[in-house]
Amino acid sequence: MSEALKELGEHISESCADMVKSFHVRHGELTLLAERDSILRLSKFLKDDNQCVFETLIDICGVDYPERSQRFEVVYHFLSMRLNQRIRIKISTNEGAAVPSLTGLHPSADWFEREAFDMYGIRFAGHPDMRRLLTDYGFEGYPLRKDFPLTGYTEVRYDDLEKRVVYEPVSLVQEYRNFDFLSPWEGMTKELPGDEKAEKEADNG
Amino acid sequence: MADSAYISSSDDDRKFTLNFGPQHPAAHGVLRMIMDLDGEVVERIDSHVGLLHRGTEKLLEYKTYLQGLPYFDRLDYVAPMNQEHAWCLAIERMLGLEVPRRASFIRVLYSEIGRILSHMLNITTQAMDCGALAPITWGFEEREVLIGFYERASGSRMHSAYFRPGGVHQDLPPDLLDDIMHFCSRFPDAIAHIEGLITENRIFKQRNVDIGVVDEKMIMEWGFSGVMVRGSGLAWDLRRSQPYEIYDEIPGDVFKVVVGNNGDNYDRYVCRMEEMLISCDIMKWCIENMPEGEVLLAGSKVSPPRRGDMKRSMEALIHHFKLYTEGFHVPEGEVYACVEAPKGEFGVYLVSDGTNRPYRAKIRAPGYPHLAAMDHLCKGHMLADVSAILGSLDIVFGEIDR
Repeated sequence: MSEALKELGEHISESCADMVKSFHVRHGELTLLAERDSILRLSKFLKDDNQCVFETLIDICGVDYPERSQRFEVVYHFLSMRLNQRIRIKISTNEGAAVPSLTGLHPSADWFEREAFDMYGIRFAGHPDMRRLLTDYGFEGYPLRKDFPLTGYTEVRYDDLEKRVVYEPVSLVQEYRNFDFLSPWEGMTKELPGDEKAEKEADNG
Repeated sequence: MADSAYISSSDDDRKFTLNFGPQHPAAHGVLRMIMDLDGEVVERIDSHVGLLHRGTEKLLEYKTYLQGLPYFDRLDYVAPMNQEHAWCLAIERMLGLEVPRRASFIRVLYSEIGRILSHMLNITTQAMDCGALAPITWGFEEREVLIGFYERASGSRMHSAYFRPGGVHQDLPPDLLDDIMHFCSRFPDAIAHIEGLITENRIFKQRNVDIGVVDEKMIMEWGFSGVMVRGSGLAWDLRRSQPYEIYDEIPGDVFKVVVGNNGDNYDRYVCRMEEMLISCDIMKWCIENMPEGEVLLAGSKVSPPRRGDMKRSMEALIHHFKLYTEGFHVPEGEVYACVEAPKGEFGVYLVSDGTNRPYRAKIRAPGYPHLAAMDHLCKGHMLADVSAILGSLDIVFGEIDR
């Protein structure tokens, strides 16, 4: 399985040397790192090439890495029902730069890109209808960014005097407690410490 | 498809915009659609979703892997365990865990129960959208029994949190398997009764045959999966083509992939009906071949120690405490795990940074691309077809809005 994926990865990176930065196979999955501006051309190639036939766009999602200069990763998952194989394409972008939209090639990209815009503020060039999708009408901010607090900024309630729903800043009785369980030790190891003693004792006894 | 009898002097007279939902029984939850109509013909549908958005993906980033699990019950809440399954598979693949055989069988058994739960709800509510009020009461009688099986295995009727990384939480109680077997033996009769109400019903056929036709091109372009694909004659089922658990061991005469011919609403209905019977056969096969043994990886860092061990062993007690506070760490990397949920391909894209919490978890819900294609599917159809098509897409807002 992973041999075949490796061959496929080599095939793609040879055919599209100017678009693909690198590829790797891990957990039985092929991942390509690609250039942002060539994603449309690359996915067209993946759709048309005989060895790829990635006709179905499974998913587009963003990932946020605030410490990087290219802050966002956009991750595309493709599926080929014909050849029964999957691929993942990753590109990097930041708040200013726009990613070419895949809506012309895969109409299903429409909502996936709208969601990525909604959640991360990633911009897609050439998208016909870039509006927020999942968040509230008039929502501000990009909730899945790492610097957006879990509790959000506003909360709503029904005001009986005004007879309408009002928006207010979030007021917490107690600060949100983010427990950090990352111990300076390595975390749990496979074998529980002290287990070897139990066996020794059993031998003695 | 426009009604030729309806001709107005000017174009503008007939055009108007209609708001559908968000509170409408045929919206299957909270869907708001702004429909541009030309007389009764739909020209454009603008779906507004997100009214049930709870920020599941954000919450998952703040929870340990085990704490994140119950959120998956709340996505597609008509087949909760199928969602948990994808989450568990993703974690297991990252950690390189092998699930005990008995746990695999139990998972398949309960995934198929979930499939019946979901299809049963979908078929009967779709019949209701088309004007038949009786099927839902008959269908829910069967659902009730199945939900009872959920409860006896997990203690909860809906939000079961039963599948865990490394297996399932508890072994099944004695005689539950016998009761499920008994259910399986009489379930085909129940299906036959419901079928008698709907399948040859003139109104149901008029509302569904040749409505919402999906062809191969549309499937590829719009990212369809599940029954939306199989209804159009493509034998694509992840349980067969990319098998997980023990699906590859199930013989071909037990587990047949059902396909339709025309790809319309009616064929999808027929596919779902057949799939329920096949699920029932798979359940029987699972029970007959169910091995004895562990149901949760013993002595692994992802599973709690047994109560008996905790009374005697200090290490087990510490491990129990650490597991339920700190949780387990998942090595750095990324993985996409998917299952054939009743509605199609349900996937989890998991990015881990090596800590005890996911760095990013993206949930790929099958209903999402289906609903996104609503505008494309309904264009040129009559207003009354919209609810029939929506019913046949099998939409649940828990998973679409997340």
